[in-house]
This record gives sequence, structure tokens and C-alpha cells, in this order.
Amino acid sequence: MAAQPVLVPEPAEALPDLDLGGDQGLLQWISSVDHKQIGIMYLWVALLFMLIGGVEVLLMRVQLAVPKNTFMGPEIYNQLFTMHGTTMIFFVAMPAIFGFATYLVPLMIGANEMAFPRLNALSLWVTFFGGLLLYFSFLAGGAPDAGWFNYAPLNQYNYSFRPGIDYYCAGLLLAGIGTVSAACNFVVTILRYRVPGMGLKQLPVFVWMMLIDSFLIIFSFPALNAALAMLLLDRQLHAHFFDVHAGGSALLWQHLFWLFGHPEVYIVILPSFGILSEVFAVFSRKPIFGYSFIVGSGIAIGLLAFGVWIHHMLAVGLGNVVNGFFSASSMLIGIPTGIKIFNWLATMHGGSLRFSTAMKFAVAFLVEFTIGGLSGIAFAIVPIDLQLTDTYFVVAHIHYVFIGAPCLGCWRACSTGFRR
Amino acid sequence: MRSIFSAATQEAARLNRLDTYFIVAALAVLLLVTYLVVYTSLKFRDKGNGIEPKQESTNLRLEMLMIGGPTVLVVGFFFLTITTTSAILPPAGTTTPVVLITGHQWWWEFRYPGTNVQTANEVHLPVGQRLLVLGTSADVVHDWWVPSFGLKMDLIPGLRNHVWVTIKKPGIYEGACSEFCGQQHAWMRIRVVAQTPADYARWLQAAARPAVAAPSDSLARVGGALFAHYACSSCHQVRGTLAAGQQGPDLTHFGSRSTMLAGLLPNTPQNVTRWLTDPQAVKPGAHMPRFIFGRDSIQALTAYLTQLK
Repeated sequence: MAAQPVLVPEPAEALPDLDLGGDQGLLQWISSVDHKQIGIMYLWVALLFMLIGGVEVLLMRVQLAVPKNTFMGPEIYNQLFTMHGTTMIFFVAMPAIFGFATYLVPLMIGANEMAFPRLNALSLWVTFFGGLLLYFSFLAGGAPDAGWFNYAPLNQYNYSFRPGIDYYCAGLLLAGIGTVSAACNFVVTILRYRVPGMGLKQLPVFVWMMLIDSFLIIFSFPALNAALAMLLLDRQLHAHFFDVHAGGSALLWQHLFWLFGHPEVYIVILPSFGILSEVFAVFSRKPIFGYSFIVGSGIAIGLLAFGVWIHHMLAVGLGNVVNGFFSASSMLIGIPTGIKIFNWLATMHGGSLRFSTAMKFAVAFLVEFTIGGLSGIAFAIVPIDLQLTDTYFVVAHIHYVFIGAPCLGCWRACSTGFRR
Repeated sequence: MRSIFSAATQEAARLNRLDTYFIVAALAVLLLVTYLVVYTSLKFRDKGNGIEPKQESTNLRLEMLMIGGPTVLVVGFFFLTITTTSAILPPAGTTTPVVLITGHQWWWEFRYPGTNVQTANEVHLPVGQRLLVLGTSADVVHDWWVPSFGLKMDLIPGLRNHVWVTIKKPGIYEGACSEFCGQQHAWMRIRVVAQTPADYARWLQAAARPAVAAPSDSLARVGGALFAHYACSSCHQVRGTLAAGQQGPDLTHFGSRSTMLAGLLPNTPQNVTRWLTDPQAVKPGAHMPRFIFGRDSIQALTAYLTQLK
């Protein structure tokens, strides 16, 4: 990459009177708008919530250790699995992605800051407080207990009268605002703040993936935010969006939720694909194989992401034509994913492989994610989905995919130690 | 509960064929990827000689192979998806359903169209016939799932869903609610009693009969009077008596069921007594309130309910 000289002055040159680096107290971190500090704080948020989510799942496993266990009642158990899922998706996976991206994207494109530093800080804190608000529900009379997917009408006041689901709405709305504003920030940063001479074709794969990711967020999160606002209206002001007996629709929630929910899966995975591409290239001592195909397949996944949500709802009975259409679109996802896997293998092929910790994770990922991906194809095959949907097979699939991509991806990134 | 691979219906058998194709194809892809990963990892380890590897980064023919291979698999499985779906789950059309299932928190209601038969939690079906089963829900989203029957069916309030079953052999097939539906979701079991057409016809005839209005046993007779005049009758129906509530399970032939509370307990007089004494201790969250019955009333009600064969 033949980069032109950076035109933006370093802060020390632009503001010679400012004392940089001296003050590193807690207050300085809290008030920081520096992208590296915000990135690191995002990762701390992710780590904090990962510990909490981990404790929740440990309690669940204790309950499930023997049949008819009386360790905890169904009320507590339902709260725990709801909170585990919600926490892991919204307050672990998302902050982890943003942590790495906020830290790395400006460095990788030669910008010395995000486009909107204050907005960047706002995104972090709004997300963090959204998480705290969600957890405050434990003190306010009971955590949400209708699953992280929170299906209507079980999420209605008649069926869940404790305030948990109200906190679910409020907490996720806050986090959603943080997420969408962060995505806008990335789009502007990547499109407008690249170092002169760096065209889109020279963007590192990770930056490309974050660009696609940000567009996915901007187009999918509004569906969730709208659904949450409608649910809050239902519960607090007695609106009837999801109240079947008053003319509302139980299916509307599922459509809105999965219209967000399926792109969300790719939102969590794409940045990890970016990190992987860098790791394979560096530790094979070769440029990434098939750059344009890896980027192109990322874009293909991003576009297909919005046309597959019904595969979460095949058992609903929407008819064979609808199910067939979404079966086709969901299966198509397998093609760009396959392209990525094989291009990473081709990157390794003929290289000089150094098995650093990051590379070991990356290689393990290839097999692990293939299992996750193949089990996902099962859901696109309508009859097989009708047997497997709502079972532990789905639970296993999402854990293969989510542990494989974001978690291993993050450990990979940590263990490369931000060296580049 | 039997596994999903022990197909009890023709639909499930057809589905298992597709399962097998998929498992074989998925295993082949997994083995290929695993082989390539292991082979590449071993063959191209850093030799420590410092020589820079060949900087190859494009090969159009290889990319076409990477796109072509998965595409062939996708097209093949899409074809199988469409043919299998249209074979085992065609539209309901105007066929008369054998049974209408309604999911409740946390029990199943079964009505047999064309008859006045209504029952709960244990459904009787004839073998050897292609049956249309309709489903809906009275409250939240439930899901009808008998693993050895193959397909699931979401039960959604305000909507009708359907599934086809052609049961091969008589027997008991167990299932459970498969869509998280609240506190007692775990105790929403299904019991399908598959019978020969002759046995099924006999059962249907017996189930259509109303309960005996005045039982011969004096304790049961007292229980019957209590049932009709206490709060029981505002939620439960016992056909042939004054009790005509529609909120809770129909109890006309309660004594003929083998389990109670959607599979939670065996249907014994002791368990009925336990349940009537404090429902919330037996199945917390269930919509049956705790009535403070006296011991005598509970005994009479138990005697009444268990003789409703």
C-alpha cells in the first residue's frame, strides 16, 4: 500500500500547550474521546458482561445437571436464560466488535481519530448504561423472562407482569441507539477519513468488513428499535400492536425481530472474518488470497442477510411458496461463506506458516466454523428445519457460530496484541 | 421420547431420507475442509530457512471452483427441499381435519370436528390413514412436536396451522411443546395414542358419551355436586352435567387418561388429591387457583374425578 504522507497533524503538533499523556486517572478515561481509549473501554465492557453472562450459564448448567433438579425454580431459570442470551448478543459480542474496530479502523486507514469523537464516546456510554439498565431489572422486581427473542404475546403484560420486559425494551433501545450511532461513525470515518491515495481497493479486509457491518447495522437495527418501542407502548400505554385479542398480530413481532435478528448474526461475524483474513495473511507470510472475492463475498452476505429472516419462522405456517423462497435465499448464504473458507485455505497453501497463538485459534476456527456453517444449512432445508427448529440443535448451531467467530476472533485479535 | 430418527409416520420416513442425504453431504464437506486444514498446516509449516514463500494471491480458475462446488450442492438440496416439502406438507385445502389442537398455558386441548368429542393432553389417532391435523393457540405461541412424527407445527393465536400425519403402527408416541411459552413450558407434554381404525372408532364412540349425571358411588355423587356448584364448573366442562366451563381442560373422561397435568404426574387418586390441595405447589404458575377446600370436599372431588372414565 503506497500511502501518501499523512496530512492531518498529530495532536501534539496542533496543540503544543496541551499536556498529553500526563493525566491517566479514572476521570481522564471516563471523559476521554480518544478512539484507542474508547476501544479499550468497549473491550472492558464486553469482558464485564461476559463474566456475568458466563455465571448465568453456569447456574443454568447446574440446574440441568440432573433431571427434576430443584436447584432453582422455572421462574429464575427463565430469567437466567433470557438474560444470558440478551447479554451475550447485545453486551458482549457487540461491544467486543466495536472495541476492536474503534481501536483499529482509524489506525488501519491512516486517520488519527474517528470522524465524530464525541459521538464515539456517546456510543460507548449509552451502550454501557443500556446494559446496566437491563441488569437493574433484577433489583426492580424480576429480570425479563420471555427469552432473548422475546416472542409476542408472551412478552405482553398479561403473560409477564413483572417489569423485566420493560427494562429489556429500555436497555436494548439505549444500546441500539449506541450501536446505530457507532455504525454511522464508522461509515463516515471509512468513507471520508482515509489517508490520501488509499482507494477502496486498498482497504484492509477488516476495514471492508466493518464498512459492510456498519451498513448492516444502520438498516437492521431500526427494525428492532421500532419493535421495542411498540412493545413498550403495548406494555405501558396499553397499545395493541402485539395483542391478538384486540386485533394486534403475534407474528408482527417475529417478523420485526428476525428482520433485525438475522442480519445481527452477520453483524457479529463479519468483523471476525476481517480479523481472520489479516491473521491468515500475516502468519502465512503471503498476501490474502482472492482479496476481491473475500470482500465481494462479504458484500454478498450483507445483501443476502436481509432476505433470509423467514428461515427462523418456517414452522409458523406461511405456506410452501414463502418457505421455498426463503429456503433458497438462506442456502445461497452457504456459497459466499464457502468462498471465504476456501480462500483462507488457499492463503495458507504454499505459505510459510508460523503457529502463533493467533494462528492456532484461526486454524481451529476453520474446522469449528465449518461445523457451525453446515449445521446452519440444515435450517434452510425446510423439512429438516421443521424437525430441528426450537431444539438444542439450534442452540448448538448458534454457539458453534458465535463462539467460533466472535469469541475466537477476539482472542485471536488479543493475542496478536494489536501489533500491526 | 423416541429419537427423531425412529420414524413413526410416512412423512417422517420421507424426511429421514432427506436427513440422510444431508448428513452425508455435510460430513463430506467437513471431512474435505478438515483434511485440507490438517494437510496445509503440516505441509507448509515455517521451515525456519527465512525464504519468502511465493506471493501468489489470485487464481481465477480456483475461485470458480470454490464458487461452483457449493453452488452445485445448493441447487441439489434446493430441489430436494421443494420436492420433499410438497410431498409431506401440501396445503390443507378443503380436507376435513381429524383433530383441532389448541395450545394453552400449559396443556393441550383436542377437539374432533364432526363429533362432540373434546379431550386434553392425550390425543387418540387412527393408524394407516393420512390425517390432517390443525393447530392454533388460545394464549401465547406454542409448538406441537412429536419427534417421531417428523414435522413441527407452531401454534399461534389468531392463526391456523396444519400438518399431515400417516402413522404406521399402533402405540404410544410422546412429544412436548417446543416453543418457549412461559413458566411451565417444560411440563407441557404430549401423549399420542395411535390405534387401529377399529379401536379408534370404539374410543371415539366412548369419548362422545356424556358423563353419568349421578354416579352410583355416594362419595362420588357428593363430589359431582360440589364440582357443579363450586368454582370448578366455571372453568371445566364435564359433558352431561351442569359444568360447562371452557377455560380449563375438559374432564368428561378424565379418569380414562393415564397422566395428568400435561404429563407431569401419573393419574392416580393420590396425585389428584395433592393437586386439589395446593395446585401451586404441584405445578407453580398453572392457572388453577388454590381453593381452600376442606379435607372431605377434596376426598369427594377426587372420588368424582377418578370415576369419570
